[in-house]
Amino acid sequence: MKLDILHELNAERAARRPVILVTDTESGEQRLVKAKDFARDPLRTELEKQLRMGKSASVEAGGKKLFLNVYAPTAKLVIIGAVHISQALAPLARSLGYDVTVVDPRTAFASPERFPDIPLIAEWPDTALPPLNVDAYTAFVAVTHDPKIDDPALLHAFERNCFYIGALGSRKTHAKRGDRLRAQGAKESDIARIHAPIGLAIGAVSPSEIAVAIMAEITAVLRLPPKEKEEAA
Amino acid sequence: MLDRDEDILKAAEDWQKAGRGVALATVVETWGSAPRPAGSSLVINDEGTFLGSVSGGCVEGAVVTEAMDVIQSGKPKMLEFGVADETAWNVGLSCGGTIRVFVEKVG
Repeated sequence: MKLDILHELNAERAARRPVILVTDTESGEQRLVKAKDFARDPLRTELEKQLRMGKSASVEAGGKKLFLNVYAPTAKLVIIGAVHISQALAPLARSLGYDVTVVDPRTAFASPERFPDIPLIAEWPDTALPPLNVDAYTAFVAVTHDPKIDDPALLHAFERNCFYIGALGSRKTHAKRGDRLRAQGAKESDIARIHAPIGLAIGAVSPSEIAVAIMAEITAVLRLPPKEKEEAA
Repeated sequence: MLDRDEDILKAAEDWQKAGRGVALATVVETWGSAPRPAGSSLVINDEGTFLGSVSGGCVEGAVVTEAMDVIQSGKPKMLEFGVADETAWNVGLSCGGTIRVFVEKVG
């Protein structure tokens, strides 16, 4: 590997931008493809598929044996609300490989006894969120049921282009939320990005089942191609 | 997403900048119950120091030896380990899988 490629690869990884290193395993020739350049790459179908799955693989293209080494950032999950659902959601998400953070300004909820070993920030979203570096590899879930906490958090998630944004509440609650967010300057396209009611429709009842429904939905958004994604949601 | 050999590539860059000969070994294909997935890597310097893993310990020794040649020659190599391989008796994968490992010089 040429030093400039290695240097660029390390810089992209540090910046949490996904890249794929393409190696011709016969000649040793290599090139680094950034996710933003996939669309105009001759290997775009393979690149998009492997990145979506977060999986490195050998492929054959144009008579060449190529190895596609996928460097995807570790996905983060930010949970707004240290509520009962979050107590089930946080460990489940962690077992799926997410870096999990729980934010709730209400110290009675955000207590380490309720969330052993989970990073917990007992601050309002305005204070808690900026240092978290919420980005396009972050799933964002607002479950406090309290507009004072959920709304500013959702506005932050829009701004940071999170790959998944979900919020707890019925269709009626969600319609009211849409009105409030619109009044605060949110775009229609942003509001449309919120998954609400949150989670895949699996008839979840208990907090743990709702956590499963949420992680199933996040997984579908992360892994499925765009068309199948729509069908699942 | 599990940890992706974070410090390994950083170490490769640091070692190379410090003037060491460095090679990178990467699992590019697996069959059967291989212990580490494609993309797993091992970085080796010319003192024989290595970081990371391509098989969870089964074939690292052989990979390090081959990496020394690659650092010398500068030419990449493809290695294959598994039960079907002659070397299986010496450094095969006990789990019954097969892996192909691409070894390249860094820099």
